[in-house]
Amino acid sequence: MSGYTFRSIHVDLSSRTIEAVSTSEQLREEYLGGRGFGVSLLSDFMSLSYDNPEMPIVFATGPLVGTASPTSGRMSVVSRSPLTGTIFDCSVGGRFGTMLKRAGYDYIRITGISERLVVLEIDGDAVTVRDAGSLAMKPVSAVAQEYSSDWSTAVIGPAGERQVRYASIIADGHYAAGRGGLGAVMGAKRLKAIAVRGDDPVQVADAGTLKSAGDAVMRLLRSSQAVFGEFGLSEFGTAALVDVIHARRMEPTENFRKTVFAGSGAYSGYAMKTRYRTQKTGCSGCPVLCKKIGAAREVIPEYETVSHFGALNSNSDLASIIEANRLCNDLGMDTITAAATIACSAELQGRTIPPDEMLQLLREIADRRSGRANELAEGSLRYAAAQGRPDLSMSVKGLELPAYDPRGAYGTALAYATSNRGGCHLRAYPISHEILRRPVSTDRFSFAGKARIIKIAEDLNAVVDSLTACKFVFFAVSLEEYAKVLSAVTGRHHDMQSLFRIGERIWNAERRMNRANGFSAADDDLPPRFFTDRGTSGGFVEIRPIDRTEFLHARANYYRIRGYAAELAESHCEQ
Amino acid sequence: MEKTVQKYLGKIEAQGLAHRDDVVLFARDADVYCNRTLREDERELHAVLETMNVSSLLFARPAEPYWTILEQIALRDETVPAEGRIVPRDAETRTFLHDIPVLEHFWAADIAAALSRRKTAIIRGRGIVTFGSMTPEQSYIMLSSTCFTAFVKYFSDALHRFREAVVDEEDLAAFRRIWRASKPFFPGGEILQFHTGTANDDDMVLAMIAEVGRAVVDHHLVDSFFGNISYATDDCIYISQTGSSLDELHGCIDKVPFDGTSSAGITASSELSAHKNIYRATGLNAILHGHPKFAVIMSMDCERKNCDRELCYKACPEQRSVHGIPIVSGEIGTGATALMHTAPEALRKDRGVIVYGHGVFTAGRNDFRQAFAELQRVERTCVAAYREEVEKASGGRI
Repeated sequence: MSGYTFRSIHVDLSSRTIEAVSTSEQLREEYLGGRGFGVSLLSDFMSLSYDNPEMPIVFATGPLVGTASPTSGRMSVVSRSPLTGTIFDCSVGGRFGTMLKRAGYDYIRITGISERLVVLEIDGDAVTVRDAGSLAMKPVSAVAQEYSSDWSTAVIGPAGERQVRYASIIADGHYAAGRGGLGAVMGAKRLKAIAVRGDDPVQVADAGTLKSAGDAVMRLLRSSQAVFGEFGLSEFGTAALVDVIHARRMEPTENFRKTVFAGSGAYSGYAMKTRYRTQKTGCSGCPVLCKKIGAAREVIPEYETVSHFGALNSNSDLASIIEANRLCNDLGMDTITAAATIACSAELQGRTIPPDEMLQLLREIADRRSGRANELAEGSLRYAAAQGRPDLSMSVKGLELPAYDPRGAYGTALAYATSNRGGCHLRAYPISHEILRRPVSTDRFSFAGKARIIKIAEDLNAVVDSLTACKFVFFAVSLEEYAKVLSAVTGRHHDMQSLFRIGERIWNAERRMNRANGFSAADDDLPPRFFTDRGTSGGFVEIRPIDRTEFLHARANYYRIRGYAAELAESHCEQ
Repeated sequence: MEKTVQKYLGKIEAQGLAHRDDVVLFARDADVYCNRTLREDERELHAVLETMNVSSLLFARPAEPYWTILEQIALRDETVPAEGRIVPRDAETRTFLHDIPVLEHFWAADIAAALSRRKTAIIRGRGIVTFGSMTPEQSYIMLSSTCFTAFVKYFSDALHRFREAVVDEEDLAAFRRIWRASKPFFPGGEILQFHTGTANDDDMVLAMIAEVGRAVVDHHLVDSFFGNISYATDDCIYISQTGSSLDELHGCIDKVPFDGTSSAGITASSELSAHKNIYRATGLNAILHGHPKFAVIMSMDCERKNCDRELCYKACPEQRSVHGIPIVSGEIGTGATALMHTAPEALRKDRGVIVYGHGVFTAGRNDFRQAFAELQRVERTCVAAYREEVEKASGGRI
């Protein structure tokens, strides 16, 4: 079997012990890699608090990483979220995963709490824990500069050290393990950074078949308007979505009180491309190169970031949005939760927070500098609850919703609710079919058939995150093509349904862990606003409140399809 | 679910793919709906559905000519006994289907294994089985695509076999049967009553596109309902969205500014760039792109020796044509060898161009009359050209 290094590292920061372990066959066969590895490795620890010394944080690659497979440069970071309390994984781009694999490891599992701030350095076989007191409260960019270009880094900023509940981990300067506050888990362990380098090739079972399987993937990518089209991700990055989400009138505006923002043209993909004369860059091994860098090295934000620092906060000042993104990356904070928490506080205060104040708030939150910043560092749900208005937190399971209003896409509404990590668009990615029409268009204003569609897509994306491949590619390809890629890499037969079974196993393991921590059907729900308030209708598109009865029926269907008897019973009680 | 299933059964019948009673179409959310009670010999399908993480499953005994075509392919194609699959060379297969498994038995385990590997499979002596990962529409599309690609493959192979003189009387009889049954798909020369004249507002453009979209589907000038249509004004293109049903275009047309200032066209047809380039090259303002079968077949008919056949679809060095209609190479979408670079050049001189193994682009001015008439003419010409070639190769035996 190829595609793995068969070797991993267990690090205990309390005792500073480092142990090389074999990557077990069971782990490889049943959980594939990436997210699946993390989920399996956390299963015995999930009842612990995120800052318990025994709580692991896992950095895991997948079998395709480091090979010639298209989009094979990603990895997953997995632990328990300080923000949501759920199991939480982030798929991260850049080249950290590739470097880790080439250093000879499938994953790193880190437990314990260091007495002092440290960095973990992995230089092939040499793995060391080094004191890093001089890096305390340093921004991400300063830490990354400590290492030459042959290293890859995963760093937390001041927000991680201060355990802001939505602190991120930044790989290679601007690829974020953004959501859920996994940077705070590193902060709790006093682990400032991990640096890795390696140059061992990753073995592939059948290079010829991998080449032809990769060619099939590329043909499909080139046929996709969303990926390689002139308005696609390769040209504009994810900001390509600004115009279409605006046109569909599902653009979260003013903390989801409206669904259209007149000023979004200021930060559209076109606006940013022309104003900043962007160039393409991207993850290791990726032909799409959706990341955009300006001529003056500005990091161009993702769609979610521009929309939430834009429409969600009534802000059409592009420079401030670019700066907010830079600050979040450098301070190590999730842009979505940061922007949404500020928007929530704006609504609570009955005002709009101007750009300068917003930027200042970000600096203060990362440092937990003031009383208000300290409250906002807890995320919107804890903040709004403390103000007596938890309903104004636009979140699910405490994770703030991304930039797709669920009143404009009902599969998205259901997927937000059922997501194992909270309000996330990436678990089932229904935008793919409800907006981008791939692999087939579905009626965005209907729940018909959506329960099964969401279930299948959740399983699919658990596989994608475990391979670890890029979700954007799956706008064009399917597991049919990637099963062939995986078989060529590993030398073991895989097909669509065998991979789906792995995805379902991972999903159900996550669900079991969340239930063990007290999550129930009541947590699989949306903020009340979406069932009572209209969005911004117009242009022959009506944005109505979601019919709660239909939503609950679809959710019950989802539980039936999943075989979740307990949630189904809870759901019936609720109805 | 029932309404959706009935809709696609209607489309299957209307397209001549299969009779309604010969189709089993499952659709499921939490509950499973099937259009009819399964016959004893179809009950294996329950087990297939049980083992697959899909929303829809379809089995059909296709109507003629597809039924005989599948039988002939299964009998004659040398990759069937050797590899248990066929590998058609058209763009649809190359890009989306890759290959099509051919099964000997209607056994659940075999069917599930085949559909775990590919989106569609042929079961010898029984029909076609496909699935939809998300919707019944996908099952319908796959059925249609399988029939389309089998049709193209059969007629391509038949011409080759006639030329190689390896056709026996049985083959000949089958060919005659298939040809007769294919005649309803041949385009007539009727003049349709389209809207005439330049469209001067949004509503008129959308109405014109929707009208011609229905006509293209009704006249079998596309594979299932795919293809794309656009209309240009001074500053923007109105174009059908990717994956849209050309016979149901209401709400599925994107307005894309020429200057690229909006990326709302991210949902537009994957051939948007080709359409834009055609407008730039020709100054025309109405484009149809369809997949008429004999145009696809004739585009792949090349007797040149010593060529790398793997390159034909993307880099043919020859200037080829069918009775004066140019044939160009080019892949779907974007990329250095995409048709967006080749088709527009050909349309500088002609009103229609065939893309190797893929389909036809036609263009006209002001409205869609010219483009539609040209699309019909190209297919009529290709049917006639095919017939001539077969007559010649068979020594007048058909």
